[in-house]
Amino acid sequence: MSSTDGTAPPDPPAGEPSAGEPPARATPAAEAPAKNLDLGPVGHLGDRLFAGLARGSGGLVVLIVAFVGIFLLALAIPALADDKSSFLFSRIWEPGGADPKFGIAALFYTTLISSVIAMVIAVPIAVGVALFTTYYAPKRLAAPVAHAVDLLAAVPSIIYGLWGILFFAPILRPVIDGLADALGWIPLFEKPASEDLGVVFTASVVLAIMILPVVTAISREIFAQTPVTHREGALALGATRWEMIRMAVLPYGRSGVVSASMLGLGRALGETIAVLIILSVPNGNDPWNSSIFAGGETFASKIANNAAEFDSPEKTGAYIAAGLVLFVVTFLVNSAARIIVARSTPGGKRQRRPRPDKALEGATP
Amino acid sequence: MTTTLAANRPAYDGKALDLTGKSGARAFRNTLATVLIVLCFLIALVPLLWILWTVVSKGYHLLLDANWWSQSQRGITVRRVGGGAYHAIMGTLIMSLLCALIAVPIAVMGAVYLVEYGKGTKAAKVVSFMIDILTGVPSIVAALFVYAVWITVLGFNRVGFAVSLALVLLMLPVVLRSTEEMLKLVPDELREAAYALGVPKWKTILKIVVPTAFGGIITGVMLGLARVMGETAPLLILVGYSKNINTNPFDGFMGALPTMINQDRTELALQPAADRVWAAALTLILLVLLLNILARTIARFSTIKSK
Repeated sequence: MSSTDGTAPPDPPAGEPSAGEPPARATPAAEAPAKNLDLGPVGHLGDRLFAGLARGSGGLVVLIVAFVGIFLLALAIPALADDKSSFLFSRIWEPGGADPKFGIAALFYTTLISSVIAMVIAVPIAVGVALFTTYYAPKRLAAPVAHAVDLLAAVPSIIYGLWGILFFAPILRPVIDGLADALGWIPLFEKPASEDLGVVFTASVVLAIMILPVVTAISREIFAQTPVTHREGALALGATRWEMIRMAVLPYGRSGVVSASMLGLGRALGETIAVLIILSVPNGNDPWNSSIFAGGETFASKIANNAAEFDSPEKTGAYIAAGLVLFVVTFLVNSAARIIVARSTPGGKRQRRPRPDKALEGATP
Repeated sequence: MTTTLAANRPAYDGKALDLTGKSGARAFRNTLATVLIVLCFLIALVPLLWILWTVVSKGYHLLLDANWWSQSQRGITVRRVGGGAYHAIMGTLIMSLLCALIAVPIAVMGAVYLVEYGKGTKAAKVVSFMIDILTGVPSIVAALFVYAVWITVLGFNRVGFAVSLALVLLMLPVVLRSTEEMLKLVPDELREAAYALGVPKWKTILKIVVPTAFGGIITGVMLGLARVMGETAPLLILVGYSKNINTNPFDGFMGALPTMINQDRTELALQPAADRVWAAALTLILLVLLLNILARTIARFSTIKSK
């Protein structure tokens, strides 16, 4: 920083640290051998301001995420302290009043099961679509196809919800009946008691459609990066196209697909309005049903459905506590996805990065 | 790389080296895989076409009415025909533009930090990780957070601006990431040329780097806007639905397209209400699609060619 002054003498009148250019002209020569890309005369007021703004914005992002956690925690703690039942293991939800009782067991179960089923349905199809666009579709068709799938992400979730319950659920009904008849002896697939359309399974299938573009887009990128040498090597050994994909493309993209699935899972866990519209809320007196062919509530749908109940701090605290759990769960899932990418992407980012950076690496110590 | 392939090779021993031409089983498996993969693609297209067709066929006729674009739903009950979506369109636009006004500067400066200042440092890695986390924050959690700050702690009312704040959390990572990608693509030669001419670093960034990447940044902003416009959860929690036109985001309830859909969705048995729901849905899809298409067009014409 102070070196700016040291190199200023060749241009004495412009020594002022204003936005003037003259001193800047002198610095590069002096500093160039030391740090190649930090050539700029950082001593300038403009530079310091700008760097400060940039750093501040970076720091703000960190602060926001920290604040989300801190604020939710701070407002949830008083409510949790008053909770007369086990927050983690109770299925009752009666916040507020003199004797607040609320637990997230049922919400947690429905949230997780609906998202996991969505992921199980979406991932194989997404991998198929990604392979289709990268290695099967004719070149001219590939880009429009990719855009078409991306368009699925552009449809607002409330429209998925409406379409899901009004048009898709009736079509899915026979599938549910068939599955329940075949696998009904497992509690998870227990035959539905009513002809209700708003069941967890329907929500899962709609969620699968919603996360499909996310998983497809990331898988597509990873698959496209498979080194040509791997692919050509496989083909040269006489592999068929499918064998080439199994030998070269899939092993290369495995961790990418895993992390894409996790990101999709994270998206499904937090989806609100589509799930809220589709799932029918079980009657308070009904016994709890673990079947995916019954209704239920997820964290997000419960919170959104009861937004009108946020009238007392105790009640609000209970819902914020539920939101905090959702935040923590999505945080963990997303972190896991990122860590998988960072650790084990065979080529992905690590492979690509060194190349553009090479120009800089020569200079930086 | 090579180790991955080598590690996988033993499993295919013999089969892979069988040079006597494709056996029937292998050819069959190849065909089967092709069929399945094409099938996957067709399956993925079905919901897209189905949803678009549903919304367009049920909603288009109200959109042809000039009143739809110029009137609100004031005084119109679910059983009555008439009124428009002006209040909801305005609400959606105001809230998302206000959100963009806050989110875009932070996002662009954050990306500048990651690419130009913090590159390779630990702090930049932390910021980058937090952006990833922010990307994954569900909209309902963002809404609850703003509820906790804006209403519980600060004691303000439920207003449109609170929604904008929640949307900032959702838009920020989208714009930041796409800006970062674009800044990375700006060739170092450009920066070096500017430095060589004695241009200070901040001016280089403002006058050379950001303008070069401008098209990409705009694309990111459009995609971010498209994402937040369709969000419903923050609207449900942070602002009430109003049938009247309200252009002040700091006072009173505000209509928005998602909540307009949500308002009447329980009355779909009534034809006027159903018509309005699908027309509002179509308006929303059109708005979001328009932004998406615009974003892609800008991206196509102004991308920096990566080497």
